Amino acid sequence: MAHFDVNRRRLLSAGVAIGTVAVSGQPINARSITGGIPWEPDQAAAPPVALPHAPPPALFFTDQERAFIDAAVSRLIPQDDLGGGAKEAGVTFFLDRQLAGSYGKARTWYMQGPWSEGTPSQGNQSRLTPAQTYRAAIKAIDSYCQKTFSNKTFAQLAEKQQDDVLTDLENGKIELEGVKSKSFFKAFLQNTLEGFFSDPIYGGNRDMVGWKLIGFPGARYDYRDYVSKHGAKLALSPVGLKIIPQD
Amino acid sequence: MRIALLSSMTLVVQMAIFGGLAAAPAAAGEQSFEQVERGKALVDAGDCVACHTQDQNKPFAGGRPIKTPFGTLYSPNITPDRETGIGAWSDDDFYRAMHEGVAPDGARLYPAFPYPYFTKMRHDDVLAIRAYLNTLQPISNSRPKNELQWPLNHRVFMRGWDLLFFTPGTFAPNPNKSDEWNRGAYLVEGPGHCGGCHTPKNFLGAEKAAETLDGGNLQNWFAPNITNNQHLGVGSWTPDEIAEYLKTGRNVHSGAAALMSEVVRDSTSKMSDADLHAIAVYLKDVNGKSKSPPSSVDQSSNDTGRLIYADSCSACHRSNGTGLPHMFPPLAKNANVQSSDPTTVIRVILQGTRTAVTDSRPTASSMPSYDWKLSDKEVAAVATYVRNAWNNAAPTVTADEVKSLRKQLEAATP
Amino acid sequence: MARKLPSVDVVLVGFGWTAAMLGQELTDAGLKVLALERGTWRDTSTDFAVTFAQDELRYYYRRALFQEPAQETLTFRNSANETALPMRELGSFLPASGVGGAGIHWNGQYWRFLPSDFVARTHNIERYGAGAFPDTMSIQDWGVTYDDLEPYYDKFERLCGISGKAGNIKGAIQTGGNPFEGARSRDYPNPPMEMTYGPTLFAEAARQIGYKPFACASANMSRAYTNPLGVTLGQCSYCGFCEKYGCGNYSKASPQTTILPVLMRKPNFELRTGSEVIRINQDKNNKRATGVTYVTEQGEEFEQPAEIVIMCAFILHNAHLLLTSGIGTPYDPQTGQGAIGKNYAYQIVSSVDVFFDDKIINPFVGAGALGMAIDEFNGDNFDHTGLGFIGGGYIALWNTNGRPIETHPVPKGTPKWGGKFKKAVAENYLKTATIATHGSVMSHRANHLDLDPTYRDIHGRPLMRMTFDYTDNEHKMSDYLTDRATDVAKAMKAREFHAKKREGHYSIVPYQTTHNTGGAIMGSDPKSSALNRYLQSWDLHNLFVMGASAFPQNPGYNPTGTIGALTYWAADAIRNQYLKSPGPLVQA
Repeated sequence: MAHFDVNRRRLLSAGVAIGTVAVSGQPINARSITGGIPWEPDQAAAPPVALPHAPPPALFFTDQERAFIDAAVSRLIPQDDLGGGAKEAGVTFFLDRQLAGSYGKARTWYMQGPWSEGTPSQGNQSRLTPAQTYRAAIKAIDSYCQKTFSNKTFAQLAEKQQDDVLTDLENGKIELEGVKSKSFFKAFLQNTLEGFFSDPIYGGNRDMVGWKLIGFPGARYDYRDYVSKHGAKLALSPVGLKIIPQD
Repeated sequence: MRIALLSSMTLVVQMAIFGGLAAAPAAAGEQSFEQVERGKALVDAGDCVACHTQDQNKPFAGGRPIKTPFGTLYSPNITPDRETGIGAWSDDDFYRAMHEGVAPDGARLYPAFPYPYFTKMRHDDVLAIRAYLNTLQPISNSRPKNELQWPLNHRVFMRGWDLLFFTPGTFAPNPNKSDEWNRGAYLVEGPGHCGGCHTPKNFLGAEKAAETLDGGNLQNWFAPNITNNQHLGVGSWTPDEIAEYLKTGRNVHSGAAALMSEVVRDSTSKMSDADLHAIAVYLKDVNGKSKSPPSSVDQSSNDTGRLIYADSCSACHRSNGTGLPHMFPPLAKNANVQSSDPTTVIRVILQGTRTAVTDSRPTASSMPSYDWKLSDKEVAAVATYVRNAWNNAAPTVTADEVKSLRKQLEAATP
Repeated sequence: MARKLPSVDVVLVGFGWTAAMLGQELTDAGLKVLALERGTWRDTSTDFAVTFAQDELRYYYRRALFQEPAQETLTFRNSANETALPMRELGSFLPASGVGGAGIHWNGQYWRFLPSDFVARTHNIERYGAGAFPDTMSIQDWGVTYDDLEPYYDKFERLCGISGKAGNIKGAIQTGGNPFEGARSRDYPNPPMEMTYGPTLFAEAARQIGYKPFACASANMSRAYTNPLGVTLGQCSYCGFCEKYGCGNYSKASPQTTILPVLMRKPNFELRTGSEVIRINQDKNNKRATGVTYVTEQGEEFEQPAEIVIMCAFILHNAHLLLTSGIGTPYDPQTGQGAIGKNYAYQIVSSVDVFFDDKIINPFVGAGALGMAIDEFNGDNFDHTGLGFIGGGYIALWNTNGRPIETHPVPKGTPKWGGKFKKAVAENYLKTATIATHGSVMSHRANHLDLDPTYRDIHGRPLMRMTFDYTDNEHKMSDYLTDRATDVAKAMKAREFHAKKREGHYSIVPYQTTHNTGGAIMGSDPKSSALNRYLQSWDLHNLFVMGASAFPQNPGYNPTGTIGALTYWAADAIRNQYLKSPGPLVQA
């Protein structure tokens, strides 16, 4: 039978003369922490900042791929009288960095076999990482376009034709070699929205064009002064994690 | 004169000033217990453990690097170990070290050990400290050699320093002041050695005589003015608020952070309420160099600072600068924020900070670091803003000052 | 070869909400407590500070605070006719990893279950007769009543500073509160949050058509608050980066903001991070757990003996660990025997977008639990005769965010991309609000958890397999709720609205809620449950299993409030009964 030494003296003896936190072991994980909440100055896990304004050397896309992406995102979110679209927002640069990084490599996904098709409810079962998917899809789409449109790549098509191709991809009407067109399109659209609306530190949403389009004030943190202003037009110009506000 | 004063006071009064218990001297066994307890209270007040401990499993065993403008010293082992500690010292040896800054072999101690303050302690108080230290676990621990710049690596130069800047002498109570005031003065000027951080130093590291407790710059921090100056010191704090700050690390005006949070943790939070109140009473009576506050720098054109504040600071410190007392310090009317030396303000913005945590105020709320987020110009803008908004008034902060502190902090990081 | 460590009194598996609460309770009782957390240390100013917490891409889309399927996942299928396949990316639910668990990234929506929820089986049969629900529905009574838990709900509310308005104090119905809630001893510790425009419009419309809307109870502080442990929280600043994100200014209740500042300072408490428990060890002959085996990030294996083992690791991991440790009898859906893995349930949700032309909603001024709700259609608050289902849910207009990647509503029929899409997004972003329904899911014999025959985790253990789908009961109930929500949408007199019913099979792809329940359910009978009423294992008397794994089925409310109450209830039983006389607390 277990016996519990409910020892109140343990509670009273401070153990060490200084009430400092003891953290032993490896720096980030597998640590033993006792004595208090650990804290060191200057330890913010700040986000990684891409460099949007230098002429970006591509880390991932080839020239042809970049041409496809530029053209395709321009149709997904076009430039119009409301302002710049995905291309102007730097979505191509954003995607280039994402696919070159841990997202592109599917670092956090379960990528063990065996591999099976699955039902729609079971989600993505592709053995390709996003980087591999984009590579394969762009190649296959350009190949399809060249067969279907007098040897023109997607980027060379007229806008209306480009829209048709994208619609067919969206509806799974185009068979692509090695990739499911519907899944690719869904991911591509999602990533384009990410590039258009994420914080500019990631390389997209250049000059906060996405946020300005809709009136989203960005990376602010205190709206208490506005809670009671029901229905008011607040006109708060957007702020990024590393961009100081304008008004 | 001093001696005459002392002997004219009753034992009770003397004990009230120097700390102590019942009126009548206790019997031998009780006296040694009382002596040890009194010594412990003084060791708490003196925060000896902070400098004399490097490895927290070896308290008081020394070896902690103390960075000074003249190089790095390593604190000695003051456990009763006979070989590596002070176990072999006599009581006279110990008193001489505390009172005169001289070691048993005649070598001069460096004033990183604050003997210019400890000199004020009464002889029997120093012996009480010795009695307490004798009860500690003897720990064998030798310290590394000091790394001081020439010529200070030769202790004989301390003789000259002492001649210029140091006169040994026990604290003399002021008969025109209350017992409580005198107790507070004794603690602040003696074991508490508050001036060690809070009084500005000359280029040789000695106190600037006329600027006692006006604020001091050390280790890339600015320890603020703690005189009764309304604008820059604790003039607007009540004695209870000062005592609360020392006991819990927080009050409605401010929170102890960085080095002061360690002082609260290791020293003042362990002191008696009476002693803390006495310190408060005394500080409220210390007249700082009377300076009329500067004029507030007009912020209407400081859009950058104002907008950064709204975006990055107001979520905790509120748009009107009132913060959340006891948790996010108010910036409006904050003496620390308005210090003429902006080092602390800039540093806290760059690296973040955490207020002292005690059992009575355990919330471990921290301010994050902004060094990755804001440029030198942006830090300067928002620092100038908080120093002058809401009727605050303090000199502008420049981008160069920020740049220079960033450099110093990087150099200081191991 | 695992290295054996010195024994402790209590080992906590995982270090989220329930472990923090138990750590605090049991260290107070003088025990030496060790918590083992698979993930990393997390705290506000380092991991989600006001300077960078507002980052949609990093925290939601790149899952910075969440469990990584590469480290742990499960396989999924709708029914036994299919082969289960791995959940390769997160979608439907977002379990956490790291100190604080999902307590960091929850919304803060706080509810108590209804008194009738705890006796769902008995109550429904009583009211609607023996044919109230089909045989395939395996709902059970909990073994504990609302009245048992009432003081512990209260305790959790005070820990968290829940901001709300009571609806029923000791039987007296209060204006402005939820008139359907179970009787409570006193009001919430903080007043309700100040409402923004969207929830206000919803409440007006709901009132107009005869319902009784009330402010949702919130763990986002309506004002600064110091809890009974002496820990202070700040006032919520409506930043709109609440759910799925960590709170940057200490205004959302979490283990970090309510317990850890006190618990971490205790000399009899230790936390080890980067330490994943991979097995509960047991002495079968004496029906006791002997401790746990865990693996560090460096791949070292340790055996940690303990007098008491408490599983605090989120329902999915609890069930998996019981199965892979060989504790109890795995559930067999064919025979109905065994309790481990039985009665897995979830939540069924739907929504109605409401589009205004003339009203600016400003969705980005939001908080995770900011909203107004009506509860007329939850639980058995309404007559189900002839409707063809049991259960229900609340209908609320939450104003949690205007984060553009996630929230850019467009009217029905709008293309999903292109010029028209862009225009529709721009026109509607500031002027749209969404009504949500949050419905119960009953337990069904076929919905269960077991071990996958094919796929393995990084430790070589089989992945857990989830077999789950909605039944007619859930669909009918959810459609009914959506229709009722539509009634309110109509009364809001907007330009248009778009009701989006939950249709077809349950899919793990779109995010819905992280309200997974069951798999180690509590009950009165060891043949049909894994735990007794004190969350003590029927099989090993020194093993307790916290969390929503104990729910026999899932009512129409968010689970955290009840998880909190059950944890304090179990802590009381451990302190006042088990420690004095270790052994089974309930004789089967």
